[in-house]
Amino acid sequence: MHSSPSINDQLIMQCEQFEQLLQRLQQREYHVLGPTVRNQAIVYDTLTSIADLPKGYTDEQDGGSYRLKQRHDDAFFGYAVGPHSWKQFLHPPITRIWRAKRDGSSFHIAKEDKGIPKYAFIGVRSCELHAIAIQDRVFLQGACTDPGYQERRQDLFIVAINCGQAGGTCFCASMQTGPRATFGYDLALTEIVDTRQHFFVVHIGTELGAEMMDGLVCQQASPDDLQRDEQIVACTAQTMGRQMATSPVELKGLLARNLEHPRWEEVAGRCLSCTNCTMVCPTCFCTTVEDVIDLAGEETERVRKWDSCFNLDFSYLYGGSVRASAKSRYRQWMTHKLSTWYDQFGSSGCVGCGRCITWCPVAIDITEEVRAIYDSEQKE
Amino acid sequence: MLVERNDPMLPRWYRIQHRREELANTFTVTLEPQDHEDIPVFDCGQFNMLYVFGVGEIPISISGDPAHPAPLIHTIRAVGNVSNGLQGLKSGALIGVRGPFGTPWPLALAEGKDLLLIAGGLGLAPLRSVMYHVIAHRKAYGRVTLLYGARTPEDMLYRQECEHWRAHLDLDVAVTVDRATESWRGSVGVVTRLIAHALFDPAKTLAFVCGPEVMMRFCAQELEKCRVPGEQIFISMERNMKCAIGFCGHCQYGPFFICKDGPVLPYYQVKDLLRKREI
Repeated sequence: MHSSPSINDQLIMQCEQFEQLLQRLQQREYHVLGPTVRNQAIVYDTLTSIADLPKGYTDEQDGGSYRLKQRHDDAFFGYAVGPHSWKQFLHPPITRIWRAKRDGSSFHIAKEDKGIPKYAFIGVRSCELHAIAIQDRVFLQGACTDPGYQERRQDLFIVAINCGQAGGTCFCASMQTGPRATFGYDLALTEIVDTRQHFFVVHIGTELGAEMMDGLVCQQASPDDLQRDEQIVACTAQTMGRQMATSPVELKGLLARNLEHPRWEEVAGRCLSCTNCTMVCPTCFCTTVEDVIDLAGEETERVRKWDSCFNLDFSYLYGGSVRASAKSRYRQWMTHKLSTWYDQFGSSGCVGCGRCITWCPVAIDITEEVRAIYDSEQKE
Repeated sequence: MLVERNDPMLPRWYRIQHRREELANTFTVTLEPQDHEDIPVFDCGQFNMLYVFGVGEIPISISGDPAHPAPLIHTIRAVGNVSNGLQGLKSGALIGVRGPFGTPWPLALAEGKDLLLIAGGLGLAPLRSVMYHVIAHRKAYGRVTLLYGARTPEDMLYRQECEHWRAHLDLDVAVTVDRATESWRGSVGVVTRLIAHALFDPAKTLAFVCGPEVMMRFCAQELEKCRVPGEQIFISMERNMKCAIGFCGHCQYGPFFICKDGPVLPYYQVKDLLRKREI
């Protein structure tokens, strides 16, 4: 007999039903987004069916290096995170805040009222759920809320994926942010693939998630299935390519005590101030606002763009930059991420996704920089 | 056109009612909202984001009287793109205003205590609001002292008002300049030197310091030497700002967002940071 699924149910979903789930989300007018292959990288873009997923792909990641490879199976999610993060949809790289038109001696101002689509994210990793929660604290839980972020965030449907494989630069286990999705999802999947079978264990996180699963032909997961699910995620946790030297809470004090450590000078000698780490970081939220004015000077647009604390202009104050040296800019980024973020938002700003390591052109490794400072304190 | 007020990034248009040239490159504007509705009340030490059409937006502290928020009064020094843009605007021109923002001077804490105001250069602008408030509520405070340092006698901001305040028998006002001119008969030297000569009871004094960072740091050190506890010293910080509501990240100073945790911060919380370069 058919019974409707409910929160905390664990179901078995075959690939056919996974396709049906995607179609169902589209029918419900969700703009469905997920991983897909483009320009030899796994990026996040529109999915029309599960055929758009990077089936049979994996990646090899290391400091300053990212390569796609073929897997020996047909796994849909057999890789770690790529250069994109979900922040490009919730906190877009460029948004128009408002535009204004001169009208004689007066101005008419128009708020940006472009419709915001209802998003469904497919394949959200645990580190990324933590990153979304962190940006929620920045944009929604302070004295002011960002109305655009709120609008994009409120109708979001999240299908998480429990990682079945750790990347070469992953360190979520040591940041206590993964690899299992523990909150913030409507549905969480664990992909089970071998020579004989290919299916997902589905963990239902919300009423809406249960509703989306209702009517799809799925069995309850057996104890054996759940044990395999446990084993897969446990194995991922044990094979992380990187590890922080100490716990996230300890990092707060470690960096606060070492603002004048010689290591900052050393890393500044390698850092190009290219801003890649801040662009790929799923939690970096800094922006600038620019005016785009027409040639006649009659119309202007205020445009908000992602900015980076590695830019000289970022700290410009009448006549010069407060952080003129690369050393001070790297220190600002790392101490903010790992230390002062606690003071501001009650948690670390790092989720251990490893993107800043992979996409740094000179392979600066945040875990290595932390270890250098940590080790020097141990020797004292 | 109706503008929704709930988006904190949307400005209101204000018309420049009057302009007054204070010093070379420094001027004061009085502003009235184009929609003729009320001007929001503000607390001493808060700031607004002022927007020049097609150029950009900058934070400027409010230097008017908090008891009379209309018209809005800002004193501005032309040093960058936006402030130079503001300088080019004549009476009648429109600018965008968002605010007020930020943590004000803790005037309630100062009640019943001696109040020591120390200003350097343009740092007098956000402290002028405090002077207006204190004069209007003179009985609420003990001794009130204003120490003001300018580079030269020509660089003295609000000179007439300083002279007017000095004429009050219940206010101590001392002025010094870094470099004297021939006709200057007053004190010469940095403003920190005035601290030791001021009359206040250090244990029950609140000090509000506003000026360049290095000046505030040395003033705070001098105040501590004079036994004013670090908890009773407040400074007003300045940083690049794009949003003023804690989203853009530009104004970070260690753990603080100058836009919301500041601009006024207790000295003891930033004492260690002030000693470090490029924070």
